[in-house]
Amino acid sequence: MLSRVADSLYWMSRYFERANHCARVLEANHNLMLNPSKLPTEERWQRIMTSLGIAPAAGGIDPQSAMVNLTSDAGFESSIAFCIAASRENAGQVREQISSEMWEGLNSLYHKVTKASANLEADTDPMRLVAAVREGSYQFHGITGATMNHGEGWQFIQLGKYMERSCALPVLLDAYFSRAGEADTLDWVGLLASCAAFESYCKVYTAELKPDSMAEFLLLNPEFPYSVRYAVERMGAAIAAISKTSFTKASGRIERIAGRLRANLAYAQIAEIMMGGVHRYLDDVIEQCNSLHAAVHMVYIDYPIQSALEA
Amino acid sequence: MALVQWTWKGMSTPVQSAKLQMPAPFSDYAMGPAYDEMFRANGRPRTHYRHLFTQLLNLPSEELYRFKKQADLSFFNQGITFTVYGRAEGTEQIFPHDLLPRIVTSSEWATIERGLTQRITALNLFLADVYHERRIVKDRVIPGEIIYTCKHFRRQMLGVKVPRGVYVSVAGTDLIRMPDGRFVVLEDNLRVPSGVSYMLTSRKVMKQIFPALFRKCAVRPIEQYSQALLSTLRSLAPDGQSTIVLLTPGNCNSAYFEHAFLARQMGIELVEGRDLVVHDNTVYMRTTSGLQRVDIIYRRVDDDFVDPLAFRADSTLGVAGLFNAYRAGNVVLANALGSGVADDKAIYSYVPKIIRYYLDEDPIVDNVETFLMTDRAQRDEVCGNLEKYVVKAVGESGGYGMLIGPHSSREQRAEFREKILADPRNYIAQPTITLSAAPCFMNGRIEPRHVDLRPYVLFGEKVTIVPGGLTRVALRKGSLVVNSSQGGGSKDTWVLEN
Repeated sequence: MLSRVADSLYWMSRYFERANHCARVLEANHNLMLNPSKLPTEERWQRIMTSLGIAPAAGGIDPQSAMVNLTSDAGFESSIAFCIAASRENAGQVREQISSEMWEGLNSLYHKVTKASANLEADTDPMRLVAAVREGSYQFHGITGATMNHGEGWQFIQLGKYMERSCALPVLLDAYFSRAGEADTLDWVGLLASCAAFESYCKVYTAELKPDSMAEFLLLNPEFPYSVRYAVERMGAAIAAISKTSFTKASGRIERIAGRLRANLAYAQIAEIMMGGVHRYLDDVIEQCNSLHAAVHMVYIDYPIQSALEA
Repeated sequence: MALVQWTWKGMSTPVQSAKLQMPAPFSDYAMGPAYDEMFRANGRPRTHYRHLFTQLLNLPSEELYRFKKQADLSFFNQGITFTVYGRAEGTEQIFPHDLLPRIVTSSEWATIERGLTQRITALNLFLADVYHERRIVKDRVIPGEIIYTCKHFRRQMLGVKVPRGVYVSVAGTDLIRMPDGRFVVLEDNLRVPSGVSYMLTSRKVMKQIFPALFRKCAVRPIEQYSQALLSTLRSLAPDGQSTIVLLTPGNCNSAYFEHAFLARQMGIELVEGRDLVVHDNTVYMRTTSGLQRVDIIYRRVDDDFVDPLAFRADSTLGVAGLFNAYRAGNVVLANALGSGVADDKAIYSYVPKIIRYYLDEDPIVDNVETFLMTDRAQRDEVCGNLEKYVVKAVGESGGYGMLIGPHSSREQRAEFREKILADPRNYIAQPTITLSAAPCFMNGRIEPRHVDLRPYVLFGEKVTIVPGGLTRVALRKGSLVVNSSQGGGSKDTWVLEN
């Protein structure tokens, strides 16, 4: 597979996942913000921003425009509109590598988002856009699984999706657990809903929302698709599959980093993590993901030609 | 979408509509002096159009509207769009497509097929001669200076051997129909002709819309084009195991959709210049498992841009060192570099002579009469009557550098007269030609519009022409400009079984 193609598939998938993540978080919070809370609206928006990894704006947050910015401002790099456009842009560069159905799905989602972004009149409109993205994303994942060869390209798509998830979930968790003391039940419901986790969580721990249980579920559960461990496991599987088809001398290095991260999550105890500080643990996960990303880029995408000729 | 840098295709004399009583959907159908693809002069449909005609009589116009919408949506969802600049939202529009097929009989097609086969064979022999022995110059059939002054003549190609002596593997020849019904060649496109993806996608959409009509008409298939292209490319390398890639300028190019489409259909890698590296005169592509050797490149990048070391140094689309690898015979490029000499508009006027010289045959499909401005008598005639002629710059395409006499102002004509006198080699002139007209579905009514036809010719081990091509339509009433940037569109072309 061409390195450039692998890179585009990876980023198509990452941006797509980023748009989804943002849509989930906004949808969860939008519903909750209709309830009164002891926190002022601006502070609640502040937490949404932090949980999406967006640096706080200098002049404070205007709740009116925040929603519009996050959904439809195509010039704002964290917005849904931007991420969907970037995902489509990457897909457009490798149209011959993905199935026509995938392209058509992504393309029509893009047009839907662009069109909705252009006429936001009622205040229900941003949520309609968000809902379209959520639905479109389940569809896209279904189409991708069903219509594309599960070869190397597909593995890069998986890698991108789970890499993004492995990076985004710790940021989200950190925003909630760093201020766990002040959080009320509704806040915790918001966290679970941001991960589409409420029903699944209740099946395991019942509706008793204890911070330790929630941390355990969202960090370490091996079966829930929006847990960090699940995402890391899938990422590891994609990396193993890629290095099987495209073995180079340096593949071992990537597998080593991925393996260490997997082991870290597989054998961790939630009590230990809570004791040592969730923040530190989450930071460490993000850092390991970053070095994994860098290693993949160096080995498969942007390697020096001289070393490739010697091999 | 410069996919089709469509050139202007002739021009109509004012339409003098013969008032004929036509049945319902055709009540506004005004027959002009042009050859009409569907109707005889007496207003009766031609035999090969009878099924379409009956179908149209029986379809309510709301139904046609619905079909039109369905087709447009299908194009839109497939991303067959082009970008309209200057507006922020909704900048993508679909490539205009007309609902009604253009139908060609099997005997008409047989002539086209023989004619184009003859033509591409002769042009390939000509190119091999130009870059090697130059017999045609020594025998004084074509003056040497006409060849050497071609904008697309590549000195670097002199003496370079190309596999099988094939310079042009893929040609897209523009045919137009004269008022008497004969097809003639208006232009040979021998460098990187495009548009074939529209031919293929339009067929797919039409099958969804008119299944019954297909069953009745026995339309010859064109879906095998991609396989034919692949085997044509494969035949250019001795060993069957070679790696073939399609080189594209990238997704900013207006024909990118087509590049991706063809690569996917053929199952080959779509590469950009930055994916390729040359080491030791061998071409490699960067893959996730290291560098992989490339043997054949179907390039959709112009000569000038393929290698910044050999041609334009400012090109960022190409691959440094590619030309040396090519000259060393380590990689095949299709079409060969320098093939543009043979589609120069001045060389065009010599094609009948070229056919006679190399094949000792008369041309089966004629040229449009062309005046060379280097010839004194012809130049005087044209310069004296510019309002009657179309003047074209020889190395240009896409309707650039052109004067359309009957539509020009006195100042424009004066300007062109000066240009011609200053650089006669750069211009040719042709009489104004009335393109044939075909019925099109325009806002609820069926009206005639002018069309041309571009079949795609493949030349490898043998010549393959899939029965059909891109029929381009001047969608604006009375217009003869089929250029997509100026209101041109396309329609499906059906060649019948018998």
